[in-house]
Amino acid sequence: MGDVLSLAADNLLSPLILFFVLGVLAAFARSDLTIPEAAAKALSIYLLFAIGFKGGASVAAHGVDAGLILSLVAGGVLSAAIPFVAFALLRVMTQLSTTDAAAVAGHYGSISIVTFVACSTALTGRGLDPEGYMVAVAAIMEAPAILSALWLVSRKAGGSQMDSGLWREILLNGSIVLLIGSFVIGAITGKEGLEKIASFIVSPFQGVLCLFLLDMGLVAGRGLRDSGKYLTPGVFAFGMLMPLVGSCFGLAAGMLLGLSTGGVALFMTLCASASYIAVPAAMRVALPEANPSIYLTLSLGITFPFNLTLGIPTYIAIASQVTGG
Amino acid sequence: MQTHDAKRVVITIEAVMESRLTDALQTADVTGYSILPVLGGSGRSGPWSREGQVSRAGGMVQVICIVHPDRLDKLLDAAFAVVERHIGIVTVTDCQVLRAERF
Repeated sequence: MGDVLSLAADNLLSPLILFFVLGVLAAFARSDLTIPEAAAKALSIYLLFAIGFKGGASVAAHGVDAGLILSLVAGGVLSAAIPFVAFALLRVMTQLSTTDAAAVAGHYGSISIVTFVACSTALTGRGLDPEGYMVAVAAIMEAPAILSALWLVSRKAGGSQMDSGLWREILLNGSIVLLIGSFVIGAITGKEGLEKIASFIVSPFQGVLCLFLLDMGLVAGRGLRDSGKYLTPGVFAFGMLMPLVGSCFGLAAGMLLGLSTGGVALFMTLCASASYIAVPAAMRVALPEANPSIYLTLSLGITFPFNLTLGIPTYIAIASQVTGG
Repeated sequence: MQTHDAKRVVITIEAVMESRLTDALQTADVTGYSILPVLGGSGRSGPWSREGQVSRAGGMVQVICIVHPDRLDKLLDAAFAVVERHIGIVTVTDCQVLRAERF
């Protein structure tokens, strides 16, 4: 318990978290502080490019093994399975309609790449470097949850609309293409390639992440301020319980796969996080009847800050205890 | 200056539906349109803003078409098939154009 509190205290006083908190406070105070849409997009492109490339370079350095394939399979299976758990919890804990509950559940099966990046940064800072291929696992986990959410709706209420265009948009989503593309380029060019662009993707990384988290804080704060009325006690509790439930699946998978301490913590974080980029866009197309204020506020306003502040230190502490790392 | 009657159709729709709408318009032989970003606004779900968003899920765009009055129904049928289940507004106003053959 002392480890968790110590990690949480360190985490809460890191620049990353403090900039996120600044964004939330600025939004609540109705400050005119904003990050322009194009700048926010550019920051996210930089982060995806950097994390993908570094993951690929790490795989090149350590080689490809069966762990990579098994981790990808486990990631895909968990992404598809977790929405069913989330859906069942939502039906017990909240009064959400079937459509809203399925849409929310889909978000929790998918992942938040910024939470992934924040956890990777925290792990690297503690000398617990995860397996480089976890970047590919993150990319794999983006989409299967969407299919599960749509199946839940079609089974219970009918009316989801899944066309080939939507599949193309999900699978060729810009974030996934950039993440996988950078990963592959990093794996091809290896350490030499990384050294050539290290001054661009290694040194400035933390600063850019701070700026991006400031933006996420602003967006989360505005969401909470304007859509907080949708957060009933049950919905609010779900937003903090579900990451812990999801992380247990990640812990079990990480242990079964024999991942390192960092890998287990990162798998827990992936299973605990909720999407706010790929899945909301898919839900707006396929399930327009679902209320975006509920799933976006839950994902970005409750679960993202929870994972960022308390979740990640908890997952790292548990992974360290369990693996003896 | 000689002017001609035309219809100006403004479709405000979610950004994620943009390509579906423009595909439908092309299919309905509406090949001329302009797309404008919507910076923010307020609706039944409350206020929203594009600022800081990295996902297109929360954004809206406006697709503006100007057509000859005879082609209006075909355009609206095509547009309605796409926007029916989604958040959005379709407005039609009378306007005047200088070169009727272009619409």
